Amino acid sequence: MMETGSYGSTLRYKSVERIKPVGKHSLLGASGELSDFQELLRYLDELILYDNMWDDGNSMGPKEVHNYLTRVMYNRRNKFNPLWNTLVLGGVKNGQKYLGTVTMIGVHFEDNHVATGFGNHLARPILREEWHENLSFEDGVKILEKCMRVLLYRDRSAVNKLQVWLSIHTLHFVLLFQAIDNLRGDRLYGSKLDVTDYVFIILPLLRLDPTLSQIAKITEEGVTISQPYSLKTFWGFSAFQNPTVGAEGSW
Amino acid sequence: MSSIGTGYDLSVTTFSPDGRVFQIEYAAKAVDNSGTVIGIKCKDGVVMGVEKLVASKMMLPGSNRRIHSVHRHSGMSVAGLAADGRQIVARAKSEATNYESVYGEAIPVKELAERVASYVHLCTLYWWLRPFGCGVILGGYDRDGPQLYMVEPSGVSYRYFGAAIGKGRQAAKTEIEKLKLSELTCRQGVIEVAKIIYGIHDEAKDKEFELELSWVCDESNRQHQKVPEELLEEAKAAAKAALEEMDAD
Repeated sequence: MMETGSYGSTLRYKSVERIKPVGKHSLLGASGELSDFQELLRYLDELILYDNMWDDGNSMGPKEVHNYLTRVMYNRRNKFNPLWNTLVLGGVKNGQKYLGTVTMIGVHFEDNHVATGFGNHLARPILREEWHENLSFEDGVKILEKCMRVLLYRDRSAVNKLQVWLSIHTLHFVLLFQAIDNLRGDRLYGSKLDVTDYVFIILPLLRLDPTLSQIAKITEEGVTISQPYSLKTFWGFSAFQNPTVGAEGSW
Repeated sequence: MSSIGTGYDLSVTTFSPDGRVFQIEYAAKAVDNSGTVIGIKCKDGVVMGVEKLVASKMMLPGSNRRIHSVHRHSGMSVAGLAADGRQIVARAKSEATNYESVYGEAIPVKELAERVASYVHLCTLYWWLRPFGCGVILGGYDRDGPQLYMVEPSGVSYRYFGAAIGKGRQAAKTEIEKLKLSELTCRQGVIEVAKIIYGIHDEAKDKEFELELSWVCDESNRQHQKVPEELLEEAKAAAKAALEEMDAD
């Protein structure tokens, strides 16, 4: 899982996982303060443990986890001690797909595609145009790659690495992309936080496609993570060829 | 035979002249009157089984669980007063989660057994607190392998290959001793436990009973859980068949 834990605006740790599976049915991705995310994972670990210990055949689905996270985030905000994260929670349970988000002040909602930070401004318009109910896995990946590429081009502190998380349950799945980078949390200096990282989730419906059978077999039910890979980018624009031709001495 | 400790049995803080604490012994009697609970340590895990005596036909099968998970890797089966048992299980769960949050790893079964035992023992030290009227068999799987412990109302805890408490414990222990535990896998162990429980159930004295089985083994991914449905049915069928064979003799 490639992702940076930032140290101020330095992209310091480049191998940090920012998406984690929660229970049997969900995936949680976070942007913002990493240590707060780790604390949330501890809370969730205890929640899932107690749920499992009932041993009654029931398990916490993405809707339940989303609600729990909302309560935690909102109550912390009310105590003026927030967990400084924007969370994205996706999953599939009993064939029902779910995708939701919670911000650090407790704002929460469900949608077909969500993003954090700059993703809201650069990627969601693309998703609004191109998302539709019956996306296949490959189409979903293509759309998200397109979004990621735009973000890479337009955000000065983007890093060109990403990884795909896939949660499959029977025929439905949730796709999570995690971009590497842009975890600018200025918590260390106490200045205003500028969160510009991207965690994308879309909810396509998996068609019964023979080319996808390999993926389906590997995962059956559960979560699968791809190997990290780089996006292809194109920098050969004429304006970039001789940048100083109009103004000598500039760079 | 038990002796009546007239005058020396009114409080758990009183010793009798021959050095016994009668209240603790009476607490143990509460355990002896309950349905049998068995635990065995097989070569790849621990299997626990309970002869759950059903008080009334109105009760839903599967309710009144006697075996509880205490953490991912361990579980506890309770014999004796059910409410006391619930308290012990709650305490064990809290010890286990506390250990994990402090030390960052799952509580070793030995440590958990010690903590449960000292909690049970605690309740035998004060006159204003009565001893727990239940015994507990604790089975778990940590990096030292599968382990089985038993905690009695006196607060004593030992590690076992095979243990039994409750009504049919004498007969159960005899049966367990016949098994070659070091060669049994948990799959086989489950069948054996079912056979033993069906075998020692006294049709005349007690009415219906429900068999509850759980395991922690390599096959269950070292998680403590109820034995899966089909294996449970298989075990029940094998146990009933074994009974019929015995009756036919």
